Amino acid sequence: MSATTTLPVERHHESHPGGLVRWLTTTNHKDIGTMYLTFSLIMFFIGGLMILAVRAELFQPGLQLMKPEFFNQLIGVHALVMIFAALMPAATGFANWMIPLMIGAPDMALPRLNNWGFWLLPPAAFLLTLPFTLALFGVGDGAIATGWTFYAPLSVQGGMGVDFAILAVHILGISSIMGSINIIVTIFNMRAPGMTMMKLPLFAWGWLITAFLLIATLPVLAGAVTMLLTDRHFGTHFFDAGGGGDPILFQHLFWFFGHPEVYILLLPVWGLIPHVLSTFSRKPTYGYKAQVYSFIAIGLLSVIVWAHHFFTAGLPVPALIYFMFSTMAISLPLAVLFFCWIATMWRGAMTFETPMLFAIGFIVLFGIAGLTGLILADVAADAQYHHSYFVVAHFHYALFAGGIMGVMTGVYYWLPKWTGHMYNERLGKLHFWLTVVSFNLTFIPQFFLGLAGMPRRIPDYALQFSEFNAISTVGAFILGLSQLIFAWNVWACIRGGSKATARVWEGSEGLEWELSSPPPHHSWEVQPQVR
Amino acid sequence: MACRVFQYAQRKIEERSIVPRMAGCILPAVLLPGLADAAYNINFPDPVTPIARETLHIHNEFMLVITVLFVVVFAIMIYSMIRHRKSIGHQPASFTGPNSKLQWLWALIPFAILLFIDFILMGIPAVNAIIEMEDTKTRADMVLKVTGMQWKWQYEYPEAGVKYISTLATPREQINNAEAKGEHYLLEVDNPVVLPVGKKVRILLTSTDVIHTWWVPQFGVKRDAIPGFLRETWVKIEKPGIYRGQCAELCGKDHGFMPVVVHAVPEPEYLAWLEEKKAEAKAASGGADRTWSSEELLAKGQDVYGKQCAACHQPNGLGLPPAFPALSGSPVVNGPLLDKDGKIIKDSHVDRVLNGKAGTAMQAFRNTLSDVELAAVITYERNSFGNHRGDMIQPAQIKSLR
Repeated sequence: MSATTTLPVERHHESHPGGLVRWLTTTNHKDIGTMYLTFSLIMFFIGGLMILAVRAELFQPGLQLMKPEFFNQLIGVHALVMIFAALMPAATGFANWMIPLMIGAPDMALPRLNNWGFWLLPPAAFLLTLPFTLALFGVGDGAIATGWTFYAPLSVQGGMGVDFAILAVHILGISSIMGSINIIVTIFNMRAPGMTMMKLPLFAWGWLITAFLLIATLPVLAGAVTMLLTDRHFGTHFFDAGGGGDPILFQHLFWFFGHPEVYILLLPVWGLIPHVLSTFSRKPTYGYKAQVYSFIAIGLLSVIVWAHHFFTAGLPVPALIYFMFSTMAISLPLAVLFFCWIATMWRGAMTFETPMLFAIGFIVLFGIAGLTGLILADVAADAQYHHSYFVVAHFHYALFAGGIMGVMTGVYYWLPKWTGHMYNERLGKLHFWLTVVSFNLTFIPQFFLGLAGMPRRIPDYALQFSEFNAISTVGAFILGLSQLIFAWNVWACIRGGSKATARVWEGSEGLEWELSSPPPHHSWEVQPQVR
Repeated sequence: MACRVFQYAQRKIEERSIVPRMAGCILPAVLLPGLADAAYNINFPDPVTPIARETLHIHNEFMLVITVLFVVVFAIMIYSMIRHRKSIGHQPASFTGPNSKLQWLWALIPFAILLFIDFILMGIPAVNAIIEMEDTKTRADMVLKVTGMQWKWQYEYPEAGVKYISTLATPREQINNAEAKGEHYLLEVDNPVVLPVGKKVRILLTSTDVIHTWWVPQFGVKRDAIPGFLRETWVKIEKPGIYRGQCAELCGKDHGFMPVVVHAVPEPEYLAWLEEKKAEAKAASGGADRTWSSEELLAKGQDVYGKQCAACHQPNGLGLPPAFPALSGSPVVNGPLLDKDGKIIKDSHVDRVLNGKAGTAMQAFRNTLSDVELAAVITYERNSFGNHRGDMIQPAQIKSLR
């Protein structure tokens, strides 16, 4: 494409509408990425407020602030919001912003689908939380109170909050499937000439596996919640033994989606971490192929281990043994990833800017999630951990330290690229240290609570659990408040700050760093040649 | 695990320099078992069954293994963070993978170690433990049937024909902070399970409404109670004592308020208790044949209501609509008692109490309450909370309706 023909085209595309209409109608991958990330940040705070109310109630034994019914609603909606409306959109926001830049594409392959995918999210989030508001006006009895797992028959018995949640999950699922199709099509078709699949940046590889997992498992969740809906309203008995159904069938279907979901949330982060480590170690990524194969192996293993989420439901012995060993097998590819991460740092020339700090914090804390996950896989010991606070602590190490801190790594790493400004490094470091310390203050006591026998999802507890719960609540409030620093830092960075260069970091490598910061409206008008 | 890092570690690490630096590693101490302190219990409570001892043993062993993995892996990482930093002038290397046979060997040895840990060191004891845990039938001395229901447990001794309900004994005033909390706050019940020590008890579990989970931490036993299905587990309690646990599966609003309390006693004491229970049951069923006065029914009904109904319909009968409707002024409660032939009218008050309402938390009480209790509570509800039906139903009528 010659310069004479590109100019008028550019002008034509630059004349996009301003104000709200711009955001409603945009098909630009960066605009859509920004909307995903903004939505995610807002929902992160909403979900956080819910759990702070829960932790406040759990500060002391006795019921102080809320009734158990409301408590049950908060824990379930907290999880649904954090998983579907905070973590997943954040990852999709990253994909939108970065994949075209990284693979040398002008935009995503399906820009209109992209716009629709985003604009499904706000109505879904609205549906999910609307029952809280309706209850204030005396309509219904509030939001879904079954926890995020929807277990039948509790969910069959529940109020209209369950229907709202089912519809919200359907819409969120459609949005995710559209996002996934877009990402797969973009990666397969729009790579710059010379960029073979084995030269694809690891972040794109992680997302590619995530996208396939979403397409493979979300329909199963959609089916399960639809069966639940018909059980609730149309007299079917899928999950009712009285009519020949089975409540455990729901758990099989739910976790067939639910376990891969963990990797859906984590694979984009695992893809991004090597970029950060390589940048700040000033050294190429170690074991690129090994990491790609590990992603694929984890993706495949993730769909055959689901029943470890209900070992106490009374599975037959051969099933227990199979699911235990298949779950343990995930530790092998995961160990490859840890090895490659540390080997990437080994003998580098490290500096410790905020993204690097978050990446290292991620590795250490996610390591705890992985190791406790290994022992949770053990059926014999699991009988004691299951349904207890030990599990709560474990999956927060996976999804807060692994997921959210991974997202924060990415935000600090790419924010100068997106905005063209450097963020405030001192505030970033303060945010990191406050987050890490208060996160551990919140969740280490929960391991001990679980071992001592405190079940999860209880609004009130026996006196021997008081001390650790009080500590955990203090930690949670510091953790929550620390995130305001993050929001402020991001806001200030959007508004101004010292100019960022195209390369931003001394050690950054890859196509995305060859475009200006912020990148032009259409990322790669002319596809670069990759050697 | 990432012991593969040894491959590079061996080149650079002088063993001695790494040890003091491990002190800087976040968290290893936290995962160490056995640092128990009186106020801050950080490990399983004392095991009192073979399964619980096995579980504690496995847990301790695994904690040790993962702590070692954690410390070794992150000691190497922290060593690298200290030695390979730009600020002390370290020049970056450029390797991207193992590039000699020796390095490949080093990469594979840690995998062998991890395979060994997963499938031999942890796997074999786990398989043995699973087989032992699931062997509920061999040489079982007795059967206990546990039925979860919102939000109480029913215990049944099928051989002896004894069956009763166990509910939370902690007063609401303590939960609402109006009174000082007792020592066993939320872990106390009106009728505990009594089991003999030294006997293998096969426990059958089911539920009448939603999924519950029966859990006593000191037994190392946790099993879901699933409506419409039987699940099983077993305990053999080695030490007399009182053991406390809770429902572990979210089962609705009072999930946090359905504890499990087990009294483990020597066998003679257990047998004496069983005889006492049998006599009690006999006395209760005997009452079904005589005619009760309305005062008797109302007094008994108030007692039953407080234990069985008040959690949802509230002590004042106003309920928590819409999930838990009010009984006060309710068209169901204030409808006719029975039809003219003395049969149950569909969706009437008696129908609801006996057979429950599908798809809601209102359960069928026909199997959990006696004729006297059912007659009493129905009579009570029809003549309380501003309801003035003025009628009553006799235990004998309930008996004939079953």
